[in-house]
Amino acid sequence: MEGLTGLSIVFIALCYGAFSLFLVAFLSKVYGYAVTPSPLKIPTTPAPTTSLGVAGRMAGEVFFFTSLFKGNKWTWLGGYLFHLALAAVLLRHLRYFLDPVPLPVALMTYPGLEPGVWAGVVMIAALVYLFSRRLWVDRVKYISLFADYFILTLIGLIGLSGVLMKFVIRTDVEAVKEFTLGLATLHPVNIPPDPMFIIHLLLVLALVVYFPFSKLMHLGGIFFSPTRTQVDDCREIRHVNPWARN
Amino acid sequence: MAKLNFEVEKLTGEIKIPAINPGATAHVKPNAAKEDHNTGIGFPPSRVENWETKAVEKMGELLGKYKSLRVFMDTCVRCGSCTDKCHYFIGTGDPNNMPVARQELMRKVYRRNFTPGGKLLGNLAGAEEMSENVMDQWNSYFHQCSQCRRCSVYCPYGIDTAEVSMAAREIMNSVGIGQKYCNEILGKVTTVGNNLGLQKAALANTLEFLEEDTEEETGHAVKFPLDVKGADVLLIAPSADFFSSPHIEGLTGYAKVFHEAGVSWTISSYASEFANFGMFIGSFDTMQTVAKRIRDAAQELGVKRIIVGECGHAWRVAYSFWHTLIGPWDFLDPKYQTPTHIAEFTLDLIQRGGLKLDKSANDERVVTFHDSCNVARASRMGDRPGGQFDIPREVIRSVCNNFVEMDENTIREFTYCCGGGGGLLTDELMEIRVKGVSPRAQALHEVMERKGVNTMAAICAICKAQFTKVLPEYGFDMEVVASLHQLVSDAIILGGKPGV
Repeated sequence: MEGLTGLSIVFIALCYGAFSLFLVAFLSKVYGYAVTPSPLKIPTTPAPTTSLGVAGRMAGEVFFFTSLFKGNKWTWLGGYLFHLALAAVLLRHLRYFLDPVPLPVALMTYPGLEPGVWAGVVMIAALVYLFSRRLWVDRVKYISLFADYFILTLIGLIGLSGVLMKFVIRTDVEAVKEFTLGLATLHPVNIPPDPMFIIHLLLVLALVVYFPFSKLMHLGGIFFSPTRTQVDDCREIRHVNPWARN
Repeated sequence: MAKLNFEVEKLTGEIKIPAINPGATAHVKPNAAKEDHNTGIGFPPSRVENWETKAVEKMGELLGKYKSLRVFMDTCVRCGSCTDKCHYFIGTGDPNNMPVARQELMRKVYRRNFTPGGKLLGNLAGAEEMSENVMDQWNSYFHQCSQCRRCSVYCPYGIDTAEVSMAAREIMNSVGIGQKYCNEILGKVTTVGNNLGLQKAALANTLEFLEEDTEEETGHAVKFPLDVKGADVLLIAPSADFFSSPHIEGLTGYAKVFHEAGVSWTISSYASEFANFGMFIGSFDTMQTVAKRIRDAAQELGVKRIIVGECGHAWRVAYSFWHTLIGPWDFLDPKYQTPTHIAEFTLDLIQRGGLKLDKSANDERVVTFHDSCNVARASRMGDRPGGQFDIPREVIRSVCNNFVEMDENTIREFTYCCGGGGGLLTDELMEIRVKGVSPRAQALHEVMERKGVNTMAAICAICKAQFTKVLPEYGFDMEVVASLHQLVSDAIILGGKPGV
């Protein structure tokens, strides 16, 4: 702990605290989904008749948002671009936590192309679209809650502060990497006292803490949705309801 | 016909997504169950003391018993994919009939009582405590959901509003707020054995009459056996098949198919009902009690297999739930799938050459097929996914020369509910029933205009009853609705083949 500034101690504590809270809350939510029984077979049919088939159905939902595609092409496009861009951005950020940097992560910062950075720009654009359709479409406006605007804004600001650090108010990425790598290896060092970085980090911490208590739990929930995960073998295999009285 | 005090949409052949119209059908509510309707199936006679707290406790119990409910309460992101998919929203414009908004009526109470954000921030987190006002919304809008699962097809997380409305109805029942239509019927089926309260003597009379009628018409002694011990097949049909039209023509079709197949079969007076409204009220126990009569009857009669008639939600209960509710089937012949749908049986017989058919008997008909919601999205027929779409169509093509499809967004897994499912087939809900059929009515109108369709075949007792009642409000002739096995019945040449 020696040599750490007061500011650093506060942020290191915040980072570990937020991450721990996230882990505990997220895992306990997922544990709850996992152990809650499914009394009946309720796959939305036509459904696969084998586990392999269900894996294929789930892969379609997780990687291509197949059901959303059936529902609304524009929402699918906005949502898909957002998630794809977010994945690229997160991949790029792994370089702050890994040393040496693996190839796929390094590709995100390919000199001259900077796919990870452009992904950040696409992500912000997608968020702006997703926000504005909540105001434009009367049905979507009706169902939108404060939480829906809040989360779009929060992630948007995280992206914006990140992009600003790249293009406008450059930050010392070497010092940032030293700090993040220190956190990852449990040997924390001083935080670079760069206001833009600190704002970016604070917003991220807010997101991490908010995550398990919000609709972002769709990340965990989708893997436990019985209408998608169940195999249609009702006549062949007897499904048992553990709490049936008879 | 009674005059309607609301406007019926004009037929254009086009399904239009309306602008939202808050509160448009807030006034549509089911009649309240009387005390004995509630107690008859084990619920409190009337609203219990501290019902708000009790309702929340029940919600907590259900969150621990149903993975679906637990996951669905958390994962909705309000993306809006489902907002224009519900036939009741399309027909009414009431935003609470958008599936996500319907779910939110429960989710807001969930947040208030089961999430830290909702407890701390209340309104700001979209949370609301259970109250008279909230219960009023529940009573309206959870009875404006036919549990058809169309929304769940389009949900990126597979959230099924049917699961939510079932849970809501179970919560309401548990605090003594019952719906008359469902609870009264459940009382009859659990005591008399069918939804109509039809006693054995009346049933025997009906079947006898049908035998005479069929013999008069065809010259063949087609039997409609009742309570025959040792028969090979127990037929479980929806009780509507015993008295209303076009259901009864379907029953005649089953009888002719069995006659030609040369199988011995029987109807049971103890279990003379295929429908199981226990599903509509979300009660596992009630559903099991209702289904149990069928297992008992099959054992008592010593049959080898169970074949079921044309009914949508009942096929869901039979196909998806029976094995859990009343299995295992160790007393039946393992050679057969249990249960077998009559359409599966008929098609198999046709494919093996066991029926002599004259397709031209249906030549005055141009037929389209209405996929019933519960058959389409909650069950299967045959051994491949989608068999529930293909098998009835293959039956139709085998008995009719003229078959055409309605718009592809209104059939198969995208089919629209008839508007009367889920326990809504009752007169006080007529406004929602008439408005809810509008997408189907438009799709039907389109093929009538463009392709000369004059018959819509259905394989669900509720669909048939609903269509014959509400389609005339749009100007359709009620004769447009036919049973699948009515078409089979008309094409069968009796005595044409030895049994196979």
